[in-house]
Amino acid sequence: METINNKAVGKVLVVGGGVAGVQASLDLAYGGFKVYLLESKDAIGGVMSQLDKTFPTNDCAMCILSPKLVEVGSNPNIELLTRSKIVKVEGASPHFKVTVLREPRYVDISACKGCGDCANACPVNIVNDYEESLTYRKAIFRRYEQAVPSAFGITKYGMSPCRTACPIHVNAQGYIALISKGEYENALSLIREVNPFPGITGRICTRPCEEACSRAKVEESIAIDLLKRYVSDKEKITGNKWNIEKPSYNGKDIAIIGSGPAGLLAAYDLSRKGYGVTVFERMPEIGGMLRYGIPPYRLPREVLNEDLNILNELGVTFKVNNSIDNTLFNDLKDKFNAVFIAVGACKSRKMNIPGEDLPNVIGATDFLKNALTGEIKEFTGSAAVVGGGNAAIDAARTLLRLGAGKVEIIYRRTRAEMPANNEEIEEAIQEGIIFNYLRTPVEISKKRESLILKIQEMKLGEPDSSGRRRPVPVEDSFEDKEFDMVVMAVSQEPEIEPFKELSVEKGLLKVDPLTLETNIKGVFAGGDAVTGPATYIEALAAGRKGAVSIDRYLRGEDLRTNREKEGPYKEELDVETKGVEKKDRAKPVLLIKEKLKGDFSEVNKGLKEEDVLEEAKRCLNCGGCSECMECVRACEPKAINHDMKASEEILDVGSIILAPGFDEVNVSKYTQYGCGIFKNVVTSIQFERILSASGPYGGVIKRPGDLKHPRKIAFIQCVGSRDKINEHCSSVCCMYATKEAVIAKEHSHDVEPTIFYIDIRSFGKDFDRYIDRAKNEYGIRYIKSRVAGVTEMKDGSLKLRYETDDGILNNEIFDIVVLSVGLNPPDNIKELSNILDVELNKSGFIETLPFNIISSTKNGIVAAGASTGPRDIPESVTGGSAAAQIASSIIASERGKEIVKKVLPPEIDVTGEKPRVGVFVCHCGLNIGSVVDVKSVAEYVKNLPYVIYSETNLYTCSSDTQEKIKEKVKEYNLNRVVVASCTPRTHEPLFQDTIREAGLNRFLFEMANIRDQDSWVHQNDKEGATEKAKDLVKAAVARVVDRTPLAIQLLPITKRGLVIGGGIAGMNAALSLAEEGFETYLIEKDSELGGNAKFIHYMLDGSSVDSYLSELKNKVLNNSLINVRLNANIDSIEGYVGNYKTTLSTGEAIEHGVVIVSTGAIESEIKSFMYGKSERIITQREFEEKLYRNEFTEPMNVVMVQCVESRNKEHPYCSRICCQEAIKNAIKIKENSPQSEVYILYRDIRTYGLNELYYKKARELGIIFINYDEDCLPEVTLDGENVFVSVRDALLRRDLILNPDLLVLSAGITAEPGNENLSKFLKVPLNEDKFFLEAHVKLRPVEFATDGVFLAGLAHSPLTIEESIVQARAAAGKASIILSKEGIEAGGKVAEVNERNCVGCGVCESVCAYGAIKLEEKKIFGELKKVSSVNPSLCKGCGACAGGCRSNAIDISGFSNEEIVDAIDAILEPI
Amino acid sequence: MNEFEPKIIGFLCNWCSYAGADLAGVSRFQYPANIRIIRIPCSGRVNHLFIMRALYDGADGVLISGCHPGDCHYQTGNYYARRRLEIFKNLLYFTGIPQNRLKLAWVSASEGAQFSKLVTEITDDVKELGENEEFRAVRKDIEEFCNEQ
Repeated sequence: METINNKAVGKVLVVGGGVAGVQASLDLAYGGFKVYLLESKDAIGGVMSQLDKTFPTNDCAMCILSPKLVEVGSNPNIELLTRSKIVKVEGASPHFKVTVLREPRYVDISACKGCGDCANACPVNIVNDYEESLTYRKAIFRRYEQAVPSAFGITKYGMSPCRTACPIHVNAQGYIALISKGEYENALSLIREVNPFPGITGRICTRPCEEACSRAKVEESIAIDLLKRYVSDKEKITGNKWNIEKPSYNGKDIAIIGSGPAGLLAAYDLSRKGYGVTVFERMPEIGGMLRYGIPPYRLPREVLNEDLNILNELGVTFKVNNSIDNTLFNDLKDKFNAVFIAVGACKSRKMNIPGEDLPNVIGATDFLKNALTGEIKEFTGSAAVVGGGNAAIDAARTLLRLGAGKVEIIYRRTRAEMPANNEEIEEAIQEGIIFNYLRTPVEISKKRESLILKIQEMKLGEPDSSGRRRPVPVEDSFEDKEFDMVVMAVSQEPEIEPFKELSVEKGLLKVDPLTLETNIKGVFAGGDAVTGPATYIEALAAGRKGAVSIDRYLRGEDLRTNREKEGPYKEELDVETKGVEKKDRAKPVLLIKEKLKGDFSEVNKGLKEEDVLEEAKRCLNCGGCSECMECVRACEPKAINHDMKASEEILDVGSIILAPGFDEVNVSKYTQYGCGIFKNVVTSIQFERILSASGPYGGVIKRPGDLKHPRKIAFIQCVGSRDKINEHCSSVCCMYATKEAVIAKEHSHDVEPTIFYIDIRSFGKDFDRYIDRAKNEYGIRYIKSRVAGVTEMKDGSLKLRYETDDGILNNEIFDIVVLSVGLNPPDNIKELSNILDVELNKSGFIETLPFNIISSTKNGIVAAGASTGPRDIPESVTGGSAAAQIASSIIASERGKEIVKKVLPPEIDVTGEKPRVGVFVCHCGLNIGSVVDVKSVAEYVKNLPYVIYSETNLYTCSSDTQEKIKEKVKEYNLNRVVVASCTPRTHEPLFQDTIREAGLNRFLFEMANIRDQDSWVHQNDKEGATEKAKDLVKAAVARVVDRTPLAIQLLPITKRGLVIGGGIAGMNAALSLAEEGFETYLIEKDSELGGNAKFIHYMLDGSSVDSYLSELKNKVLNNSLINVRLNANIDSIEGYVGNYKTTLSTGEAIEHGVVIVSTGAIESEIKSFMYGKSERIITQREFEEKLYRNEFTEPMNVVMVQCVESRNKEHPYCSRICCQEAIKNAIKIKENSPQSEVYILYRDIRTYGLNELYYKKARELGIIFINYDEDCLPEVTLDGENVFVSVRDALLRRDLILNPDLLVLSAGITAEPGNENLSKFLKVPLNEDKFFLEAHVKLRPVEFATDGVFLAGLAHSPLTIEESIVQARAAAGKASIILSKEGIEAGGKVAEVNERNCVGCGVCESVCAYGAIKLEEKKIFGELKKVSSVNPSLCKGCGACAGGCRSNAIDISGFSNEEIVDAIDAILEPI
Repeated sequence: MNEFEPKIIGFLCNWCSYAGADLAGVSRFQYPANIRIIRIPCSGRVNHLFIMRALYDGADGVLISGCHPGDCHYQTGNYYARRRLEIFKNLLYFTGIPQNRLKLAWVSASEGAQFSKLVTEITDDVKELGENEEFRAVRKDIEEFCNEQ
């Protein structure tokens, strides 16, 4: 094995494309590392892409996520590996070798233009998993419209059972799919790819396909034969003809003996390969048993002749009336390059009973041959037919047509065992044939003119080798019957006399079963002559097999390789038929006549036209994609390739980030709620899709069962959480259920949501406020009760049984029930953990290290997002950034070494030049071209001012067109470029890169969106769309003409960090910055580092905070890159990103490039509950201190009160950690002295996530939890030394009086009073509770809107120690990205001030959300005045300033007033 | 006689509404071809000048669309847009120009269907109002005034 060197690699593998993985990838790529982002699905975006809105801000999930996805898609340093998974990992940190399996997508991502023509053409509907099974999608699909990558992909589950069961593998699912779309001609072509005889096959095949059909599990198989026959017959009606190319002769000749199905298919296959084929047939016409064994009422001769005619067209030579004897056989052997023997088995076998040689006793094959050649023209007597196969039925029905008075079929078993087709039997019965089951003839004798048949009764015994029960004679049960003719249809055998030289076994030719080679070289044999009588389709398969062998033999190739999948086999596909609605199989039209004599016309007339489509639609599409190739035909850029294969790729990476997310709990286990059984019980994520504007109902609230609008909605919480199977709390459900209820209410005011909960766990920043609004403003009803069960009413509504507040069991009817399903570890986590050698925790999530919930147990592998435990979006995003920070710190030495750095030509100076515009108008295949007349658009723009050149392109985004654009820029000396194609949101960067490569400034470019906003939305108004396209291009030209080159400057960065606050978060932030190689100042106002952690001694899991803290302090104090300043406050901060100057209270001035705010928070002061009045009444923090000092030696009676002065009007938020702290200390005391009694008085226990396990442990230890209501607070009274606590137990509805030795009060967390000052220095906002307010609650949780300022720890909101550390690392990671840059980019599309016009009113400064504008005193034309000044490194170019400026003094480059006005003029000037 | 086909100018913010309009396209939600969209970074970018200019040039309707309140990519831009347009509408009222010629609507990046519906409605509304005669008259006055000068 190759040894892996231990040299760090500057690349990182991120596993999982959800929001955590996306964030980690972006941070790493911006930080100078190459990223592989691996995703098992077709597109990144994860579960967040499925959400409608996000809590607690009700942001549109897609609006905020989609730009991030686009960023990932267009970042040259992020390589997306979709449909991929890890299969092997070798090596160790900092150099892993990862083997990745890449499943085929069947669509070339780089060629696909995302137009969706393929999906329109695809006839296969499969359940849409993105829409949570609420609707269907096509087999070729894009996960969602905004998906990245936007390319389509194909779902293939495997080959459908019908196709694998067919001996020649006709793609039945494929042609059925095409038929369902009315594509009859294409269906027929698909059949003919493997079977040239659809007319014959559609009539006489025994249909092993239908036996395998999954639809039979629902009611009955699809009528595959009739559908095939329909398209074949349709061709005759439409007069279309199969045009087959005749191949050129390859110089080799083959003799085929016998023109039955085996011989004919071999002849077909071989002649198509260019062989000269001669078929020898002893009868006067070709077809073998098809012609001389199957009567025309079943296979009309014109159908037979027409199907077989293809062989004449291919130039096959037929020598009829040509019996083969041994001499001739040997002659053929010498004259031809190969011989294929396909003589069939047309000699009737005998039963070997007395009297079989009597006249009028005849074998079925001879009888049929005689009848069908006209040798027997009439028979008016009575006849017996012995046997139960199709030949017996054929003989019997032919007898009727010859005029027989009575025909009786004698069969030794019952109808169930009869090998004949069921339809044939049915029709025979209807025609009047008598069936005599469980009888067998034992002797035939002659009596005058008639025959006497002695028949013995049989009974069914044990099953034989065929699985059918063996007939056993019943002793002494004989009966004589008189007939005029007896037809023996028992079995057949081949005539093998001519082939003396060949080996024979049991009367059959002996061949190699895989290759059909005989013992003589060059001679092959197949079909019934080898196998004994078999079916038509098996004979075709034998012919094909022979042809393959002969071809390989004559080419000198190996005859044996890769032949395993010839002939029928069974593919194990998991086809779900649950919930499939029953629909009867279509019935053919039968013409059963009373008078049959002389009438050989066809009985079965096939399907009625109107039944065909419906029948085809019954197909369950077992294989997913049906390989009908409609998509290939529809795809203009030829991006689809059905032959793509899975491949393995080996990646060298320095570290690995795991972010595989979560899987929702499988609700089918929770049958009491009826999920999967009752149609109107949905999961929360299904409801999310129901609410979504882009969901299956377009955002209109409907219930899936009957699409009626539901009024009463019940949410059932904790489904698959906090129970015996999943002990953890899923953390997010209380909030998302509330959000869904609120959004539902916003969608339609008449809905009445009710949430059934155990505890409301709204523990995050501003969560409690959200719940309050839901209750008070939206009227959402909350009921604290576990629902016992759900039953379905007749109208689809649902009856819920639950216990009310008063303890009464109530029944209430709801229109729809939403199950708030929990978050489970991803289904593949075990496999992943084995491959990566990382441990999982008790709940199955990725195990992490103490105090570091980002690092896995394996060095160099970090984990983020919900795979480490339930996480909401900001926690996942923070985790992603923190994971990126850890990963990058491991390979910090390799920063910038693996990323793409393009060498660009110097920019051409175009200042002062007259604009010379080139316009490129895209066809986008048919996407634009079929609606907009692109040629006329290109012609039109030629006449616009400054346009020098215009052209149309098939695909402007293709790489060859990029080259062409560059050439044209040079050729025509173009200095501005306009592309009229799709949306600039996705494609502008690509074209900007192109013109930059051609030497033009990136901003001398403009796009006209004539696809997404024109051709696609005006498909039926070609003229209007073309006019619009002209206007849009004209506007784009007008804009680009006004554009001047915009420069991006690089301003210098002071590569130094400043961290304010020396608690756990601050120290971690400083250390992280140092790990990344940046010098940092850590400012602490206290005389000692440690912050609040000084008062905490151990964690819920028992880890020691003291030792962690002292280790951390040592690391910080001993790190040469960290300058600690104790007893220091901030006096002032000036500057902006990259260039700050901070003065400390000590007088020291520090220059730095970034700021991390980690100022912490304080414990709330308690004023009530008699705190301070007795030594027995203490805070939780004081209690922990006493516990830690082992002050309690005797068993005690402790009462804890939660939410003290919290979650009320004055302090309207949850402090998040108090429940865990109380449980931690309660467990501690109970474990120290089990006799102690501990009561915890609570409102909601908020042990979210895996902490729930400790809540359970606490209950098991006998800690008593008493629930109280907000409006019925516990009361404390003192009686001397005694403390009395009276409380009303809200669940048991009774008053209790407790007399504890110690009353412990859980105080909340209050924001640091210094925040207000700091917020002014930094110009960053605080929230209502005076905690710092981040830039975006969901996606930018540790950043401020102001660049260069970051946030971590309790300054953000109440958090645990571990959560603070994650934030600190995330903030430091973000800060490092800035510090690692060459310079701060400033300029581009940013605000500019015309100082002459500026009146210094300050409106722009006040509306700027980024602090990018300041009023400054300047001398303007000799006059000193206040004017606005823009800091281009802070400006985001939003234009709020320019929108509000009254004196037209501030403008946005690239979106200038002039440009937009000119665009308006251009559009509105009449064409 | 041909039916009156109004011209409508739409100012769409890049992050929500322009993305919503793109989604309408990707989803093939059809709407009348009367609107011409101008992409701007944020609805807060809209200067009154743009609306005036469009109406002056003969636009029969103007649409301004941005992120839903609370969703602004630039924190607060849409709030400014809302305030400014409220004032501008009063100005329109004052000048006697039907306020319905101007429409402010919030469209998110996932509201493709809503965007298509919105444009259909505006087009119908503007059709009902008829040609922008009001501003044409104003324009004529201005031009005459300029000529006299």
